[in-house]
Amino acid sequence: MRLRFWGTRGSLPVSLTWRDMRERLARALVAGSGRGLDTIEKACAFVERDLDPALSHTFGGHSPCVEFQPGGAGEEYFVCDMGSGARAFGEHVLARQAGAPATVNVFMSHTHWDHIMGFPFFGPAYQRGWRIRIHGCHETLERAFRLQQDPPCFPVPFSQLAASIEFVQLAPGVASEVSGVRVTPKLQVHSGDSYGFRIAAGGRSFVYSTDSEHRLEQHAASEEFVAFFRDADAVIFDAMYSLADAVSVKADWGHSSNVIGVELCQLARAKRLVLFHHEPANDDRALARILQETRRLEELTRGEHRLEVVAAYDGLEMEL
Amino acid sequence: MTLNPRAYADTLVLAPAGRLDHESCDAFRADLQPHLERALGASGGIVFDLSGLEYISSGGLRCFMLASNEARARGGKIVVAAPKPVVAEIFQISRFNLIFDVHPTLRQALAAVSPQAAAAFDTR
Repeated sequence: MRLRFWGTRGSLPVSLTWRDMRERLARALVAGSGRGLDTIEKACAFVERDLDPALSHTFGGHSPCVEFQPGGAGEEYFVCDMGSGARAFGEHVLARQAGAPATVNVFMSHTHWDHIMGFPFFGPAYQRGWRIRIHGCHETLERAFRLQQDPPCFPVPFSQLAASIEFVQLAPGVASEVSGVRVTPKLQVHSGDSYGFRIAAGGRSFVYSTDSEHRLEQHAASEEFVAFFRDADAVIFDAMYSLADAVSVKADWGHSSNVIGVELCQLARAKRLVLFHHEPANDDRALARILQETRRLEELTRGEHRLEVVAAYDGLEMEL
Repeated sequence: MTLNPRAYADTLVLAPAGRLDHESCDAFRADLQPHLERALGASGGIVFDLSGLEYISSGGLRCFMLASNEARARGGKIVVAAPKPVVAEIFQISRFNLIFDVHPTLRQALAAVSPQAAAAFDTR
């Protein structure tokens, strides 16, 4: 199974500013001076091998959209959430299909705006012959998708989309088979509710658990999540806040922290923790620091089981 | 959990030891409560001496935060002293170092809470 991250930011899309860009360019030029970088090839090799990742890398800024490819011969597409990353995801599938229609299976954690805002810009929705099946546990799923395309919010009403679009109701705790993929939703603590998904296919499994607050005093709920994450090849986890913020000034805001992610994944013996739903106020330097610290925490608290920690970024591809 | 209470003038020092995690958190809170009542009732400060603490989880940190909130609501203050390197790192990674004043030694923590407590420490 392969994961492809099209949007990893929480709440609101962000981008590098011109100031960020200018500073990076200036630092990169200084770092590369005297190295004979007189061709694009040499410069690319230098950036790839020698330049500080803080200068050569960005976590990106699209809101949540994570594609998974179960493998096998199936021609259908699968994606969790339709944040602003869905625009690039749509371009990708249209290019790959080269004019041949296909089916896209969408799994919606919830319908807050950052998770649906990419759909009006999702190219396949405007293509005749395409089939889009939007799965979720919220009864308001269809209403939310239609509402954001109604005037005065957007110029193209939902009824004018050319693709065949279906809404499929899922039930929390009940596993469903969707085109060879086993999907089990789980209710999470978030304003208006959100749902995590445990997704299994071809002997691999991962959990998509974003917009989920974990209340430390609720031991039974924590044990439920440990069972939900049990032995997963990857857990995509809402690590928006620091633990201190999540339990104090941002308690009840519906999000979690890197520290809770490490603890739950260690208890669940998950193989990989993927920090996700990055705080839009955090720049690349802050996110790189959080990743480094989370890896250190895993090292400090490691028992017999080693947990790999990565931070999702727009464009990350991961083979499970 | 044994808290090994010690008083320095108007300041109470409590020293949780071992591991403070979701399994020991409830016992810690139960053992802490009478000390909180006594110290805060007397308008004194509290220092958590963490020199014997080997590990603290998110649940343990939350216990500290609840105690701190209670102290603050009653006009008192809790500070942290002498964490081992591992515990100090966990405070920093979780950003609990922004919620608590963390002092490298017990003497420095006492001085931050009360000059009388620091003087009492020096005379022992």
